[in-house]
Amino acid sequence: MADALIEIDRLTKHFGGVVASDGITLTIPQGELHAIIGPNGAGKSTLIGQLTGEIAPDSGLIRFEGRDITTLPVYRRSALGLARSFQITSLFLDFTTLDNVALAVQAHAGHSFRFWRNARTDAALREPARAVLAQVGLAQRADELCANLSHGEHRQLEIAMALATRPRMLLLDEPMAGMGPDESARMVQTLKALKSRLTILLIEHDMEAVFALADRITVLVYGRVIACDVPAAIRANAEVRKAYLGAPDEQAGEQVAHG
Amino acid sequence: MTLTPRSLVVAGLLVFLALVPAYVAATGNAFLMTLFTRIIILAIAATSLNLILGYGGMVSFGHAVYLGVGGYAVGILAYEGVASGFAQWPVAIGVSALLALIVGALSLRARGVYFIMITLAFAQLVYYFGVGLDRYGADDGLTVYRRSQFGELINLSNRTVFYYLCLLLLIGTIYLVWRLINSRFGLVVQGARSNDRRMRAIGFPTYRYRLTCFVVAGAICGLAGALLANHTGFISPATMHWTRSGDLIVMVVLGGMASSFGPLIGAVTLLVLEELLPVLIRLLASGFVEPQVAVKVSEYWQIVLGPLFLLVVLFARGGINGLLEGMRRG
Repeated sequence: MADALIEIDRLTKHFGGVVASDGITLTIPQGELHAIIGPNGAGKSTLIGQLTGEIAPDSGLIRFEGRDITTLPVYRRSALGLARSFQITSLFLDFTTLDNVALAVQAHAGHSFRFWRNARTDAALREPARAVLAQVGLAQRADELCANLSHGEHRQLEIAMALATRPRMLLLDEPMAGMGPDESARMVQTLKALKSRLTILLIEHDMEAVFALADRITVLVYGRVIACDVPAAIRANAEVRKAYLGAPDEQAGEQVAHG
Repeated sequence: MTLTPRSLVVAGLLVFLALVPAYVAATGNAFLMTLFTRIIILAIAATSLNLILGYGGMVSFGHAVYLGVGGYAVGILAYEGVASGFAQWPVAIGVSALLALIVGALSLRARGVYFIMITLAFAQLVYYFGVGLDRYGADDGLTVYRRSQFGELINLSNRTVFYYLCLLLLIGTIYLVWRLINSRFGLVVQGARSNDRRMRAIGFPTYRYRLTCFVVAGAICGLAGALLANHTGFISPATMHWTRSGDLIVMVVLGGMASSFGPLIGAVTLLVLEELLPVLIRLLASGFVEPQVAVKVSEYWQIVLGPLFLLVVLFARGGINGLLEGMRRG
C-alpha cells in the first residue's frame, strides 16, 4: 500500500507461556481511524506497547512511513510522530495542567539543555500548549494543579499531551475508560474533530463510540487477528459474534450485534 | 514578594548570617564564626543534594563523597606544593564532576532502592580508597597547612573574608539551583521525577538530563568540599563516611525538599541543635543530678534529636519550609 503510515508485520510476543501477540499483521493507511477491539486479555495494550517501544517484540517488524522502527527507543518514536495516551492516566500530577502540556510541547522544540531562561514564561512553549488545551476543552483549567482535575478532565488531558507533540499518528489506549455518558460523548466529539487530520489507532471497549468513529475495525482474540474490516462487515461477522458471546463480557457481544 | 512567615524566616536567617562576623567582632566569640562557617559550607552541599534529591527524585546516599573528593583535591595539591586556589578549586570541582559522571552513568540505569544502594556502594568504595591513601595520611587524614592562595585577589586566611566568601557562594548556589530548576532543563528533570514513563512517551531521553543534573550536583558539592578543607585545615576519609551522606539527607528533608531555602534551613536547624541540645540537656539535668552525671546524660542528646526529626518527617511533608508555608493558610 503506497500511503500506508504504519505497517505491522507478523508481530509476535510471548509472556512466559501466554501468547500476547500471535503473528499480528496490520496496515493502517494515512488518515484512517482504526479501532482495535477484543475481550480483556486479547493483547490490545501489549500491541500499543510494542508500537510505542515500551515492549520489545519477540519477532516481527514495525514500519512507520516505510522505515523500520522495531528497535527504536520510545523517545525516538515520539520524535518521528508516534504519540500515545495511556489506559491508566499517566500525567504529571504535581504540575499544573498547562505545565503538563507545555512539557509535551517542549519535548519537540529542540533539545532541553537550556539552563537559564524561565521555561514557565516562555511564550514559545506556553502559547502552543494553551492552543492544544483549547482544542480539548480544558482552556479554563490551564492553571489548575493536575491532581485537582476530574477523571474526565484527566482523560482529555491525556489526549492533549499526545496532541502537543504534534504527532502524525495517535495511539489511544481506552480514552473513555471509566467515563460517564456525558464525558464519553465529549470525547467522541474531540476524536471526531481530530479524525482525518491525524491517523488514529483506537483501543476502546465502548462499542457505541467505536462504531461511531472507526473507518475500519480489527478484532483481536488471544493475540490473533480474527477479523479486520469496515464496521458494517464486523457487525455481521459470525466469528466475531462468537468470540464476543463466548467471552464473559456478554454486554459487549450485544453491543457488537446491535450497536 | 509578599510577607509570609516563610519569607520572614528566610530573610531573618540571611540577615542573621550576614551579621555573624559583626557580632563575633564585638564579643570575641570565635566559636560562633567557626560554627556558622561550617553550617554555610554544609548548606551549600545540602543545596546541591536538594537539586537531585528534592527536584530530581534521585535519592543519592553517597553525596558526602563529593565533599571528600573536593577536600582531598585541595589537601593533596597543597601537600604536593600546589597552593594556588586557581588550580585547587577547578580540580576539586572537575574531579567531583567526573566522579559524579561515573557514579551517575551506572546508578541512573537503576531505580528506587537499587539506585540508592549503588550510590552508597560507590561512596563506600571511595571512602576505603581514602583509607588506603598511605601517602596522604590514610584514615588519620591529611592536614592542610595553608588555605588556598588567590594572590592579591582575596585572602582566605582572614576568617571574616572567608566567611563572607562562603556566604556569597551559598547565595550564588541557591540562585543557580533556582534558575536551573525553572529552566527547560529543570522542568525535564522534575518531569522525570514526577512520571518518567510519560516523559519518554512524549519524547524525552530522560537519562541524559538526569545524568547532567547528577553531575552538576556533584560539582557544586565538590566546591563545598574545597571550602570545607580550607575551613577545617584538615581532610580525612571520615568526611566521606556514609553517615555524613545521611546527615546531608537529613538537612534536606528536615528543611524541606524541593524548596530553594529548605536545605539552608535544614542545615542551620540540624547543626545548631547538635551544638545546643547537649548544653540544654546538661543544664536541665544538673538541676536533678550530680554535674558529672549531667555531662554523661548530655552525651545522649541524639535521643532528643531523633524523635524531633521523626515528627517533622511524619507530620510535615515539606519539612520546616512546608510548615512555614502552611502557617500562611492558617
